[in-house]
Amino acid sequence: METTAKKEYTFKDFASNQEVRWCPGCDDYVILRSMQKALPEMGVKKEDVVFISGIGCSSRFPYYMDTYGMHGIHGRAPAIASGVKLANPDLSVWVVTGDGDSMAIGGNHFIHVLRRNIDLNILLFNNEIYGLTKGQFSPTSLVRQKTKSSPYGNTQPPFQPGELAIGAQARFFARIGGNTPKEMTQMFIDAETFNGTSLIEILQNCVIFNDGCFTQYTDKNVREDQQLFVEDGEPMIFGKNKDKGLVLNGLKLEVVTIGENGITEQDILVHNAGEQDPTLHQMLVRLEYPLVTGIIRRFQDVTLEEREDALTKEVMANSKFTKTDDLFFSGETYEVK
Amino acid sequence: MIAEKNKIQPEVLEAVVIRFVGDSGDGMQLTGTQFSDTSAMIGNDVSTFPNYPSEIRAPQGSLYGVSGFQVHIGSVEISTPGDDVDLLVAMNPAGLKTNLYAVKPGHTIIIDTDSFSKKNLEKAKYETNPLEDGSLDNYRVIEVAISSLTKEALKDVEGLDNKTITRSKNMFALGIVYWMYDRSTDHTIDFFNKKFASKPHLIEANTKVLNTGFYFAETLELIPNSYTISPASMPAGTYRIISGNTATAWGFLAAAEKSGIELFLGSYPITPATDILHELVKHKHFGVKAFQAEDEIAGITSAIGASFAGDLAITTTSGPGLALKSEALGLAMMVELPLVVVNVQRGGPSTGLPTKTEQSDLLQAMYGRNGESPVIVMAASTPSDCFKYAYEAAKLALEHMTPVILLTDGYIANGSEPWLIKSVAEMPEIKNNRINEVKENWHPYDRDKETLARDWAVPGTFGLEHRIGGLEKDKITGDVSHVPENHEYMTKIRAEKIKRVENYIPELETEFAKTGDLLVVGWGGTYGSLHSAVKQLNEKGYDKIGYAHFNYINPLPKNTEAILRQFKKIVVCELNNGQFASILKMNFNKYDFLQFNKIQGLPFGNTELTEKFKHLLS
Ligand SMILES: Cc1ncc(C[n+]2csc(CCOP(=O)(O)OP(=O)(O)O)c2C)c(N)n1
Ligand code: SF4
Ligand SMILES: [Mg+2]
Repeated sequence: METTAKKEYTFKDFASNQEVRWCPGCDDYVILRSMQKALPEMGVKKEDVVFISGIGCSSRFPYYMDTYGMHGIHGRAPAIASGVKLANPDLSVWVVTGDGDSMAIGGNHFIHVLRRNIDLNILLFNNEIYGLTKGQFSPTSLVRQKTKSSPYGNTQPPFQPGELAIGAQARFFARIGGNTPKEMTQMFIDAETFNGTSLIEILQNCVIFNDGCFTQYTDKNVREDQQLFVEDGEPMIFGKNKDKGLVLNGLKLEVVTIGENGITEQDILVHNAGEQDPTLHQMLVRLEYPLVTGIIRRFQDVTLEEREDALTKEVMANSKFTKTDDLFFSGETYEVK
Repeated sequence: MIAEKNKIQPEVLEAVVIRFVGDSGDGMQLTGTQFSDTSAMIGNDVSTFPNYPSEIRAPQGSLYGVSGFQVHIGSVEISTPGDDVDLLVAMNPAGLKTNLYAVKPGHTIIIDTDSFSKKNLEKAKYETNPLEDGSLDNYRVIEVAISSLTKEALKDVEGLDNKTITRSKNMFALGIVYWMYDRSTDHTIDFFNKKFASKPHLIEANTKVLNTGFYFAETLELIPNSYTISPASMPAGTYRIISGNTATAWGFLAAAEKSGIELFLGSYPITPATDILHELVKHKHFGVKAFQAEDEIAGITSAIGASFAGDLAITTTSGPGLALKSEALGLAMMVELPLVVVNVQRGGPSTGLPTKTEQSDLLQAMYGRNGESPVIVMAASTPSDCFKYAYEAAKLALEHMTPVILLTDGYIANGSEPWLIKSVAEMPEIKNNRINEVKENWHPYDRDKETLARDWAVPGTFGLEHRIGGLEKDKITGDVSHVPENHEYMTKIRAEKIKRVENYIPELETEFAKTGDLLVVGWGGTYGSLHSAVKQLNEKGYDKIGYAHFNYINPLPKNTEAILRQFKKIVVCELNNGQFASILKMNFNKYDFLQFNKIQGLPFGNTELTEKFKHLLS
């Protein structure tokens, strides 16, 4: 994207004239607002921004953004967005998807877009439920969770989106609570800055069909004790008193208390988001206590567009064809008089 | 003795059908291609069809491992690869066994006797040796020990391993056939020189075997006479032999260059469409962006994304793939973006007959989407005109802002024939609906008054930010709308937009009788068979039979009814159970449409068509 011609936008420039129709109290509002605030900070031109979504409550997002946008079909946004970006790599392309959209019907596109590492930013609104269709369990719903389609409790074990994504070679994976707009805004900017596919899992509360599903981690009163917000190069410390931290015990992560059993800050693991080996990042996304948020993985790698571009230049430089006529009249042709 | 033979004047033939068959490893495709290229270069009209085994590495010598290549050449117009084989070249027992049916009694078979070993006969499930049991008595069999003669020819060439020697025996056979049909070996020797430029010993070996075969035929009385086929009268110009799939790919290359819009292909491999992908991935030098996606859905949706972003977007597939694309095709129709979907039809339903031909996806193309979802549906008729119709499909998509389904089929996709090469300069202009500047009060669904095509504002254009999507749109603002009357209005305008395409496509033409007793109706890839059958009857004095071939099915040409009206009987011929007939019945219900259908995974045969038409005329 073009970053030179920085124009002075405000969040209002990115709000469309459409009335927002999510349920009152839905975290989707927070996400929308954070995005509208983040975009003016990114230095991208409004006409270069494209939002592509699938189907779901979350996927209504593009209608509310005064940018280019397409509300696609269920699960296919990563593929549509890949086409947009490959057609015009100068655009800033965003995918908006839900847990069902990305990991049920769209699971195939979701893993492949991550594997390819096209420079897209994917916002995964994880509410552990199908919102738009009124409350069926999703691939992230918990076992035993009662939903409209699991009245006696869900029997299908869930995906951990980060685990799936990193397994599919995600280079950038971040997680954020749906009620922390300030951090979220910054995270959107970081995602845009990252060259490659960036995936942000947003723990999004659905007030209607799965209210409180993340409260144990996201509630203001428990957040600091239950969440570890990781920052690159910083020790992984959390807790109201900043006295808890992570250490590696054999092949497992362990929570320790600084000041107990001779543990000092020096003993705490320092977060390295840029590490190519995903082993520790995988452990972090799987951890249930504390829940790890922040940018867990940010490994800079070659993008698909870069590979394609280099290859195209190479082929062009070595080719004897510049016009289709050169091709059509080449090789085994013959004259009829 | 040699001089004596040389004096014999070759007998002149109008047309001949030759089929080369052997094991997958015997190089039959190359042999056939060389023969057809050489024939084309001396001015014959040609049509070819390959027949590969569907197993990738079938066991050597087995019945299902037989690979074949049929060539039809003539001094007259040739429009199909031919039905009855005049000369069968069988490199092994399995090839003979699986192809003998195509050779009429009295016709010629060349056999490599060396390959008729006990083991190979067993593999071909022959209980007795057909060379000895009299079962070939009704044919003119030319027995040649091709393998050992090849070995003998190469005994002095240095640096050849056994495998290379065995592999060049196809060139011995080709040499014989060149002599029989009075063609020179020059073109093929040129080919060796180019192909093996860095391996001089292979040039030497292949040239030697080819020439030895040629002289062998000349010298021995084994081969009673030779034939010649004079040049056909074809329009002057530069030609090349092209297959339908290559022609399709090239049509898109030409359209991209002419329109100045970059080409994007999103595709997932599927027989028999994959060769279009194979061809387009080669052309990065023209800026082609070819994306092999994770499945057909991603193939089409990535193309929709590319189209949104301003590319000429296409996706290529065959029947099962079109089924997967149907939801996304509805989206493309709804957001009114240009897109071409190529369906190289194969035998269906389900996985069906992947390597065989059929025309049974017509109704899927017409109606295989949820809701009222009209798109342009068109079909190419011969290998070489796939170029023209691919170009035309791209032009219609861009000028009318709509998805277009282009139907071809396995028969024309893999078949090849001469193509009078078109320079892009000769092709019609391609306009587009791009809007590049802010207009006052602009809306994304603003339409062209004539075509009803909407404006194409692509991301990156200042001031035209807008949202599109699969939800129903307000007819003026383009915003989401659930208003009942608006939905009806939009449904009708989308239908009307496609209907109006009839003003931009050529009228239907009748060949042979313009009015009379019987109108033969066909569409798509059956052109060659139907055209030659009707032509043949016409030449025999049946002058009340006409032929109308459809390349545009949705919308139909405007003058369709005016043509139907000119005949007493109409017979719709198609390789399915009557799909186009049902479309015609629905549109022109006062006519009685007779049907001639074939659903065997095979093209129409000449005799079955002429018999049927004669019967209908009597
Ligand atoms: C092909 C198809 N199948 C099913 C649906 C119905 N459908 C719409 S949204 C949805 C689930 C959405 O859940 P999620 O992706 O989690 O999004 P949320 O609404 O929770 O934001 C389903 C099943 C559809 N629109 N299209
Ligand atoms: S149903 Fe849930 S996810 Fe959808 S808008 Fe309402 S609160 Fe938000
Ligand atoms: Mg959800």
